[in-house]
Amino acid sequence: MMFSPKVIKLRTKSFFIEVGDMSFFALRFFKELFSRPFEFRELLRQCYNMGNRSMLLVGVTGFILGLVFTLQSRPTLMEFGAESWMPSMVSISIVREIGPVIIALICAGRIGSGIGAELGSMRVTEQIDAMEVSGTNPFKYLVVTRIVATTLMLPLLIVFGDTVALFGSALVENLKGEVSFTLYFNEVFDALQYSDIIPATIKSFFFGFAIGLVGCYKGYFCSKGTVGVGEASNAAVVYTSMLLFIIDFIAVFVTDIFFEVQ
Amino acid sequence: MTDAKDIKPILELKALKKSFGDNHVLKGFNLQLFEGENLVVMGKSGSGKSVMIKCLVGLMEADEGIIRIKDQDINILGQVELDILRTEIGFLFQGSALYDSMTVRENLEFPLRHHKTKLNITESNEELVLEALENVGLADAIDLMPAELSGGMKRRVALARALILKPNIILYDEPTTGLDPITSKEIINLMRTIQKKYKTSSLIITHDVDCARVIADRIILLVDGINYIEGTYQKLIQSEDPKVKAFFKS
Repeated sequence: MMFSPKVIKLRTKSFFIEVGDMSFFALRFFKELFSRPFEFRELLRQCYNMGNRSMLLVGVTGFILGLVFTLQSRPTLMEFGAESWMPSMVSISIVREIGPVIIALICAGRIGSGIGAELGSMRVTEQIDAMEVSGTNPFKYLVVTRIVATTLMLPLLIVFGDTVALFGSALVENLKGEVSFTLYFNEVFDALQYSDIIPATIKSFFFGFAIGLVGCYKGYFCSKGTVGVGEASNAAVVYTSMLLFIIDFIAVFVTDIFFEVQ
Repeated sequence: MTDAKDIKPILELKALKKSFGDNHVLKGFNLQLFEGENLVVMGKSGSGKSVMIKCLVGLMEADEGIIRIKDQDINILGQVELDILRTEIGFLFQGSALYDSMTVRENLEFPLRHHKTKLNITESNEELVLEALENVGLADAIDLMPAELSGGMKRRVALARALILKPNIILYDEPTTGLDPITSKEIINLMRTIQKKYKTSSLIITHDVDCARVIADRIILLVDGINYIEGTYQKLIQSEDPKVKAFFKS
């Protein structure tokens, strides 16, 4: 039976074991993060791979996001004669919420699954064992560098994606509403407060950390050969996506306390 | 002639036990590897040879038993000491385990990154990499990616990588598995050449009888988790024991 008490008990148990293991994995990350030797070269390589190589995907997604969001909102705002609110509405929505969440989800798909698959295939082909035997700490070389890279790169990708999304929105307003780019961005900067930007930026560091952590955890402990690699890659995306919404919920809750969202 | 018992082993396993749930793979396995010796551990697939060799380098934790390498008990070593000890051991993996995101050169340079200074190696990386690749006859492949190499070439590069820190002990996990007979012979000859040139001690895990015949100074047959019989190739093929006969006859 799919939902028999025994099955539910087993699944609950394995869920908590997994959460516990991942917490230990995260603790090990913080322990290894501050111990020598530091793998700066590998960190830079990962930052380049994750940051630079995700820019096109994030840029295209952001542009379409801004474009579609503005096109869809326009008729409703026009109905109330409130088109002039478009820049402030779009900018606040994108910077506070939609931009970080959508871009983080895109990165979970691109970066998280990539990390899961790469580390998973390294595990099943004994490359991680070979690293350990050669006297190099594979956790430090593979895991710490990747988690730090995602934590540092995701905020930058989100800022980039938000900016491109606002350009997409400005383009629609320029073509449909004859609003100049200067006027549009003046309105955007008037509307945006530090209380919109700071919490979103802090949140994006946590998003990056979650993407790196789950991808590395799933890949590092991958088993069952090539099937396991596929499962690790898939689980990295599914678990990260779920975790991103949980982090977002907590972030909104905390932001509400500290910045009194209006 | 000096009796083997009078010489101190460079590597020693005592009463090694390892289980996976109810599956008791090693039930008190013993082994001694002496300096300059080629010791072959044979056994059928799933007999625990690879588990034993992984316990030996700390990739797996043994349930019980003593593992001593160059007079150091690896069970009580800290991570830093274990990493330093590991630089004195070369390990050739069954599937070569080359880092597929790196070129051959980068694969060979990888073990040098943190340990070159500690080991007082004065040659440049370039010299060391070239020397190791020349030893295995693949100096031309220095800038190739692992995906561009054949199975035999991968095994040679992996052997070059195992040699780069000039270890005293080399562990071979199924060095000829998955290779055609000609390439297998080339790899075996290479192992012998390297052993003569660098005076290394080798522990070879295999089920390839031909490999054992050519390279072994001594053979241990691992059956049911223990060292069932031990001796030279000649002694083992003349054995009347049904398990030993079945293994060598097959």
